[in-house]
Amino acid sequence: MEIDPFIFRLSIFILSIFVGYYVVWSVTPSLHTPLMSVTNAISSVIIVGAIIAALAEVSESIFETSNIFGFLAIILAAVNIFGGFLVTQRMLQMYKKKKK
Amino acid sequence: MSANLSAFFYLISGILFILALRGLSSPETSRQGNYFGIAGMAISIIVTFLTVGNFGSGFIYVLFFLLIGGSIGAFIAFRIPMTAMPELVAGFHSLVGLAAVFVAIAAFLKPEAFNLGFTGNIKLASLIEMSLGASIGAITFSGSIIAFLKLRGIMSGAPITFTGQHFINLFLGLSIIFLIYYLCTSQSSNIFWTIVAISFLVGVLLIIPIGGADMPVVISMLNSYSGWAAAGIGFTLENTALIITGALVGSSGAILSYIMCKGMNRSFFNVILGGWGATDQSSTTQNKEQKPVKNGNADDAAFLMKNASSVIIVPGYGMAVAQAQHALREMVDALKKNGVKVSYAIHPVAGRMPGHMNVLLAEANVPYDEVFELEEINNDFANCDVAYVIGANDVTNPVAKSDPQSPIYGMPVLDVEKSKSVLFVKRSLSPGYAGIDNDLFYRDNTLMLFADAKKMTEEIVKSL
Repeated sequence: MEIDPFIFRLSIFILSIFVGYYVVWSVTPSLHTPLMSVTNAISSVIIVGAIIAALAEVSESIFETSNIFGFLAIILAAVNIFGGFLVTQRMLQMYKKKKK
Repeated sequence: MSANLSAFFYLISGILFILALRGLSSPETSRQGNYFGIAGMAISIIVTFLTVGNFGSGFIYVLFFLLIGGSIGAFIAFRIPMTAMPELVAGFHSLVGLAAVFVAIAAFLKPEAFNLGFTGNIKLASLIEMSLGASIGAITFSGSIIAFLKLRGIMSGAPITFTGQHFINLFLGLSIIFLIYYLCTSQSSNIFWTIVAISFLVGVLLIIPIGGADMPVVISMLNSYSGWAAAGIGFTLENTALIITGALVGSSGAILSYIMCKGMNRSFFNVILGGWGATDQSSTTQNKEQKPVKNGNADDAAFLMKNASSVIIVPGYGMAVAQAQHALREMVDALKKNGVKVSYAIHPVAGRMPGHMNVLLAEANVPYDEVFELEEINNDFANCDVAYVIGANDVTNPVAKSDPQSPIYGMPVLDVEKSKSVLFVKRSLSPGYAGIDNDLFYRDNTLMLFADAKKMTEEIVKSL
């Protein structure tokens, strides 16, 4: 009997929740704001789906409804990716140790 | 690029994202962590281009839109003041939510492009996954918009409640589940649109009853939702990078919500089902008797602190509102020159989002090893000469330890009253967001400094 590929993805999902649980508990509380902005940036990897939607083969024009939704999603996700990573970087630059 | 090879690269991006979060365990490694995250994102995007393999006119458009979005994002990232971080994060969450909705719609309209079957005959599992992704995404979007408006002050932070609210939410939630079931049997696009529409409504209804002071929980919760929405889309697209990321972000937001709830000694459901302010206001207006307070000015405060050997600063949301962090830093510099030992005490729910105060202090060049969390520093108040409370209120209220009748009873608070004297910078004697009077105002060792946090701090700097 073959295992449904869905089960593999579900396994990855559940294991990742556990990884996330332990990794996030080890984040120092003073970096919780950068944690939120960086998780926000990485969740924009949803752009992968947007790109597939935008580039889907269509018969006549590239601007069929589904492609348009893809393009819109690309803009939104791109705002988040650049905005999220850059603002995180900007914050992290500010955390400095005491000058000895 | 073959499907197997691209799956392998998506796994690598997923691992890089894990390392990005891992880096945040200390400020030393955090910057490197952020580069891991950027690398993971770049790999995901490039691999997707290579897998789709369509480098025609569409590709140019994609790059064009990517650049447009990217420039908007970069512009915002460089321009945003640090005090506006909470609303920025809320705004970004709404974008992830909406992007998830759009991708789900595109997948529903054109399932062939995603290998999910054909229009009107989409694979059952995919249909469930994409409608869940769309629904959670829509809730994230509209909920974050409300949170954004509340944080920005465009909408009042007061909770909006009406009778039957929870029943309506429950009914709408159940109807989404029912409609998803119905969608699976009928494949009707009308049902799909209805699910999305109801979810937008649920997002609004879910956030309007939550008050301003509970915003740290709301932001963390929406952070979590945006992760689950991404995971739902990840299952639809059978993409490991998206599944891993969704799970990471989902659990990260959930943990932050938990930490915030614990910081207020409230259960998660208690927060979600509506705020303090609405129910407790009546009780506070009753026992408003005039009690004597000691009133001081900047010179008194400067004198007290200059002659102290140790001072602990307790910042709160008021500091952020008054943008007083830079003035505060100047004051601390002046004190240090006088040989005073200064540290900062941060309550977990100080500010409007997790870690809000830490970022503001870091912006004002306060070294992070002078900033301490509640458990680390709470015992030090007993040995400290002066506690300087600036913009914080409820998190210092000793009532939380003594009065079981109080709505904040049991909430962990900073033991400010144990220090030899307390300087309390506040504009008036009005209660904090919990709507309760702070016992600390009337203590013998408390000196009230009635002024704007920034102005008062600047005046103290002058008289030092």
